[in-house]
Amino acid sequence: MPSILSISGVSKTYATGFKALKEVNLDIQRGEIFALLGPNGAGKTTLISIICGIVNRSSGTVTVDGHDINRDYRAARSLIGLVPQELTIDAFETVWATVNYSRGLFGKPANPAFVEKVLRDLSLWDKKDAKAITLSGGMKRRLMIAKALSHEPRILFLDEPTAGVDVELRQDMWAMVRRLREDGVTIILTTHYIEEAEEMADRVGVINRGEIILVEEKAELMRKLGRKQIRIELRAPLASIPDELARYALELSGDGTELTYTYDNQSDRPGVASLIRDLEASGIQFRDLDTKNSSLEEIFVNLLRQEP
Amino acid sequence: MNLRAVWAIYRVEMARAFRTVLQSIISPVISTSLYFVVFGSAIGSRITEIDGISYGAFIVPGLIMLSLLTQSISNASFAIYFPKFVGSIYELLSAPVSYLEIVIAYVGGAATKSIILGLIILATASLFVPLHIEHPFWMLAFLILTAVTFSLFGFIIGIWARSFEQLQLVPLLIVTPLTFLGGSFYSIHMLPGIWKTITLFNPVVYLISGFRWSFYGKADVSVAVSLGMTLVFLATCIAIVAWIFRTGYRLRN
Repeated sequence: MPSILSISGVSKTYATGFKALKEVNLDIQRGEIFALLGPNGAGKTTLISIICGIVNRSSGTVTVDGHDINRDYRAARSLIGLVPQELTIDAFETVWATVNYSRGLFGKPANPAFVEKVLRDLSLWDKKDAKAITLSGGMKRRLMIAKALSHEPRILFLDEPTAGVDVELRQDMWAMVRRLREDGVTIILTTHYIEEAEEMADRVGVINRGEIILVEEKAELMRKLGRKQIRIELRAPLASIPDELARYALELSGDGTELTYTYDNQSDRPGVASLIRDLEASGIQFRDLDTKNSSLEEIFVNLLRQEP
Repeated sequence: MNLRAVWAIYRVEMARAFRTVLQSIISPVISTSLYFVVFGSAIGSRITEIDGISYGAFIVPGLIMLSLLTQSISNASFAIYFPKFVGSIYELLSAPVSYLEIVIAYVGGAATKSIILGLIILATASLFVPLHIEHPFWMLAFLILTAVTFSLFGFIIGIWARSFEQLQLVPLLIVTPLTFLGGSFYSIHMLPGIWKTITLFNPVVYLISGFRWSFYGKADVSVAVSLGMTLVFLATCIAIVAWIFRTGYRLRN
C-alpha cells in the first residue's frame, strides 16, 4: 500500500543553532494510527509543524498523498487537520463561528449540516453560541478538534491530545479516533501516555534528540522488545538461591520470600515450565505466582536508556 | 485562488470591528468632535481662514487622515499580532492559503474599517462646518490608497512586533508625531524657513496635502508629487511584505 505521508531527509536547525531534527525519514501508511513517542524536546512538535506548514524546514522533502508540501502546498495542506498541543483559540468568537471559519479557511464551501454533526459528535452542540473564552479546558480541547475536523481532513494530527484531559473526554476522543479510522482517515498522534499508544496505535515510532530511533508495528515491538516477569511467592523464606537454579538468574527479595524471574521473548533462557520443575526438584515450595508482560512504557524507557 | 479563505478571514475581521464598535467607531468620532471644539472653535476664532478656506473646514482633511493613518495601522497590526500572541496563527499557517490571500484578507479588512471610519468622520465634520469636495474621485482615491498603504504598514508592524509594547511603539513614537507635524492643523507655508524644508521630509505632509487638494483644490505641494509619494510608500510596503513572506520572517521560523 502506498504511503500517504512521506518524509525524507528532513532536518531543522533553528536560528539559535539548535538542531531540532536530524535527517528524519518516515513513511505513514494510509489509514493507520501511528503513534510518535518521545520525551519532551525530542522534536515531535517540530516534525508535525514542518509537515503542516507552520515551520520551515532546513532541508529534506515531505509529500502528502504525492503532493510536495512546498510546490503543491494547497493540495497537501487541504488533506491535513491539526490539533495542536496548546489550547489556542480566538477567545471572543463563538464556537459556531470559529468552526465555520476554519472550514472556510481550508477552502471548503459552507456546510452547516456537516459542522453540526462534528459539533454533536464532540458534545459541543449545546455550546455552539458560547464564546470560546467561556468554555472549560476540556471543552476548548473539543473545540480545537472540531476546528481540525471541520474541513474533512484525510490525515489528522493529534499533538498530545490527552494532556490534561479528563477520563470522559479521553474516552470520547478515542471513540472518535476509531470512527475516523473506520472512515479511512490516517491518524498520527504524539503522546506522553504510552498506554494510550499501546491501546490505539497500529505502529509506533520513537523519536529522541531529533532522530527517529525506531519504527515498528506495535504488536511486533511488544513481541520483540517486551519482557515477561514471573513473581513467585514462597512458602518459606530462602537464605540464598540454590546453585542448581543459578542458570535462571533469579532475584531474591530482601526478606527471602519472593523470587523474580525475568525473561524476554528473544532470549534463549529456559521457559516457565522448566523453572517450576526445577523449583520442585530443589524442594522449594511456593504459595502463588503471577506473570506480567512489560508495557510499552517500559520498552520505551529501556530504549531511551540505551541511547548514548 | 482560495477566495473562501479570503472571505472567511475578512468576515472575522469585520465581525471584530462590529463587536468592538465602541472602540473602533465611536471613540474616533468623539475625538474628532473634540478636535473641532478645541482646534476649530478656539484656534479658528484667531485664524479665520487659510488659503481662502475657513479654518474649521481647512482642518477636516487633516483630521480624517489622522484617524485613517492611526486606525489603519492599529487595525492591521493588531489583527495579525493577536493570533501570533495567543498562538492561534498555527491555523492560518497550516491552511491552504497563499501569502497574497492572507494579505488581501487582513489588509482588506483593516482598510475597509478605516475607510468606513474616514467616511463617518467626514459625516461628523459636515455637522460642524460646511463641506465642499471639489474632486470626489481623487478624494476617494487618496482615501483608499492611504488606507491600504497604512494597513500594509500596520501588517508589517504586527508581524515584526514581539510584544504589545513594540506593537504600540511605532504608531506612538513615529506615526503620531509625523501626523501632527504633517500639516493637519496648519499650512506648511505658515512655518518659518528651515522648518518648511524639514517638513518636506515628512511623508505625511504629502498625504494630507493631496487629500486637502481633493477637497478645496488648494495644496501645499503639487498633487502629482503627493500621489507619487503615496505610491512610493505603497510600493515600499508591498516590497517589505513580499520579503517577509519569502523568508518566513518571524512567522515560520
